[in-house]
Amino acid sequence: MELTGADILVRFLQDEGVDHLFGYPGGAVLHIYDALYRQEQVKHVLVRHEQAATHAADAYARSTGKPGVVLVTSGPGATNAVTGIATAYMDSIPMVVITGQVNSALIGNDAFQEVDSVGITRPCVKHNFLVKDVRDLAITMKKAFYIATTGRPGPVVVDIPKDVTAERTDYVFPKKVTMRSYNPVVKGHGGQIRKAVNMMLSAKRPLFYTGGGVVQGNAAKGLTELAHRLGFPVTNTSMGLGGFPATDQQFVGMLGMHGTYEANMSVSHCDLLIAIGARFDDRVTGKIEKFAPSARIIHVDIDPASISKNVKVDVPIVGDVNTVLKVMVKELEQSERKPDGEALASWWQQIEEWRARDCLKYDTTSERIKPQYVIETLHKVTKGDAYVTSDVGQHQMWAAQFYKFDKPRRWINSGGLGTMGFGLPAAMGVQFAHPKATVACITGEGSIQMNIQELSTCLQYNLPLKIICLNNGFLGMVRQWQEFFYEERYSHSYMESLPDFVKLAEAYGHIGMQIERPEDVEGALKEAFKHKDRLVFMNFLTDPKENVYPMVPAGAGLDEMILI
Amino acid sequence: MRHIISILMENEAGALSRVAGLFSARGYNIESLTVAPTEDASLSRLTLVTRGSDEIIEQIIKQLNKLVDVVKLLDLTEGPHIERELMLIKVMAESPLQREEIKRLADIFRGNIIDVNEVCYTIELTGDVQKLDAFIDTLKQADILETVRSGITGIARGPKSLNL
Ligand SMILES: Cc1cc2nc3c(=O)[nH]c(=O)nc-3n(C[C@H](O)[C@H](O)[C@H](O)COP(=O)(O)OP(=O)(O)OC[C@H]3O[C@@H](n4cnc5c(N)ncnc54)[C@H](O)[C@@H]3O)c2cc1C
Ligand SMILES: Cc1ncc(C[n+]2csc(CCOP(=O)(O)OP(=O)(O)O)c2C)c(N)n1
Ligand SMILES: [Mg+2]
Repeated sequence: MELTGADILVRFLQDEGVDHLFGYPGGAVLHIYDALYRQEQVKHVLVRHEQAATHAADAYARSTGKPGVVLVTSGPGATNAVTGIATAYMDSIPMVVITGQVNSALIGNDAFQEVDSVGITRPCVKHNFLVKDVRDLAITMKKAFYIATTGRPGPVVVDIPKDVTAERTDYVFPKKVTMRSYNPVVKGHGGQIRKAVNMMLSAKRPLFYTGGGVVQGNAAKGLTELAHRLGFPVTNTSMGLGGFPATDQQFVGMLGMHGTYEANMSVSHCDLLIAIGARFDDRVTGKIEKFAPSARIIHVDIDPASISKNVKVDVPIVGDVNTVLKVMVKELEQSERKPDGEALASWWQQIEEWRARDCLKYDTTSERIKPQYVIETLHKVTKGDAYVTSDVGQHQMWAAQFYKFDKPRRWINSGGLGTMGFGLPAAMGVQFAHPKATVACITGEGSIQMNIQELSTCLQYNLPLKIICLNNGFLGMVRQWQEFFYEERYSHSYMESLPDFVKLAEAYGHIGMQIERPEDVEGALKEAFKHKDRLVFMNFLTDPKENVYPMVPAGAGLDEMILI
Repeated sequence: MRHIISILMENEAGALSRVAGLFSARGYNIESLTVAPTEDASLSRLTLVTRGSDEIIEQIIKQLNKLVDVVKLLDLTEGPHIERELMLIKVMAESPLQREEIKRLADIFRGNIIDVNEVCYTIELTGDVQKLDAFIDTLKQADILETVRSGITGIARGPKSLNL
């Protein structure tokens, strides 16, 4: 059947099983919007800024494992989307972004609303395409979804000139695509896996260090099973939180710059580090030379380029985490050997001593609201079962430290790019994906203002989000660095002339609450979560001087933490 | 160490800029880069000369392999190989003495004079980098009007070949 490019695109999205499309219209995509108007299967979500469309789609993907899909117009629509594309790229999130483009004949002419979208996005996408012929449209879209969701996931941009959306051709849904230049490895090397398992069985001070790959690769169960069988301690990167239950005794907390004392000390003293779906980010390793100095390292990752990029590893295993973990469990079952129980017992004794340092303690007698207390109470009130999105700053680290994530895909934050403004649109994406779920957005008064316009989208679609604004009146993370490393010269880190957030929330049609005293925190949270069908913006006035501890100063080793 | 990396890529618009962009974004250096279609019109062959420690070269190769348009690649410097570069060089040749001297030098280096007029010769010369450099060194700097070098291309010795 002959269809226009616009109809082909929409039909393709239907056939691909896309249920939500986050977007914003404009000249170059009007044919596509017209095609969307004539159907109901793909639900279009109208945001208020294209950046928000990308974050919403990204969080939709993070919380479901399905790719997020975005539609924006050419020029400013595409450039506004770039921050969200880069955010997804840094955290390896599957996403397909469709950008409108000016008519083919005008490309390169500085035409109205023309930018080189393929050029601008090239460094922050897994791949991108410019569709020059309507006959290539369906297969290109198929390739985009295939590339975005397989191997190491990532965002893919498809740039479509307006004339291509008007031209006609036959449409058949391409069920499958193969590409000779793209064949991601799934199965790990058997010999390497066996070697790794043998090393695990010989280890005296082993440690699992697992990351976002476990969450994105749906391997939380496999990891938990392997770790339980072996009885080894587990630490997570911030992206990996929820990949292993945080309330499990074997969990030693997050590692890295704001990791726990016990996690960072375990890394510094382990003799075997088993890295799974983690990429040795500089926020995690601290000074490279001091990272796991006495350990042999096993690294499981689907991306060969992640392996031995920052830290040289002893046993590289390229493959999908879930697949590799299953083989490891099987190997272990078949082995006659057992882990070294005696060595493990004394290793655990050492770890418990570190744990007893209680590195996350904070002043619970203060007159001021402590941000940590808000998160702990949030955990209690939501019974640890909420989806929690976050913005970027101190509040993000407190959320990571104090909301104990027991399940994967519940902790949604921008780790690699650290994008302020991520939290609110991300919460929208999660709520669209899970209409019945409890979704909380933990934010700061700085970050929330970077995409606050989305409160309007939330009203339009009735999204009952709970926004937990830890308002310390500062760009707190910046202020903390200035306090520690710039002799308290607080250069432009103070948020003067803040809006009245309660009135602002009300102006957008939502409920606003202001909480000023510690004794009101729990009651206020309980009340807010009673509003099942309303968005509640909770403005917590928190202690402006509070800092995130522990902290590994930039350039220091993990065992050189600043502790409270 | 200097490495010559030979790459087969999909012959798509923008494929070259992905390689160039990768090198600039990650701070790798490119000494030379040549690209042309192959006997299979859907493929381009790209030859890239770069320098770096073993770790950097390993990353470069992994990152190149990660580009969706890259079909296959080979580090030619890992085995015996042949490398060649083409140079066109325009030199002053006015006096009979000068003309004779340049002709003689070109012959020694097995170069061909491919354009002649009253004031200058243009010589075509193929070889590895050292040979081309040596030829330039033997000429008087002041006599050189212009040089154009193609950048290195290369191929493995023996039956080993880079194809699908
Ligand atoms: C203010 C701030 C402070 C921060 N402080 C910390 C901190 O203290 N500690 C901390 O940990 N982080 C911190 N971060 C986050 C940090 O910047 C990185 O984003 C994070 O550490 C990276 O996590 P990861 O190693 O799990 O990698 P990810 O970015 O999640 O990458 C996942 C890895 O898994 C691989 N992978 C993906 N899918 C699969 C699969 N199916 N099979 C196998 N492998 C797969 C990928 O190839 C990749 O190598 C902070 C961020 C900010 C903004
Ligand atoms: C878009 C963007 N700009 C700047 C930064 C640098 N930055 C990191 S944290 C931070 C302060 C965030 O302030 P706030 O949202 O109030 O959170 P707090 O640290 O106070 O909890 C800034 C400016 C960033 N991460 N993202
Ligand atoms: Mg703040």
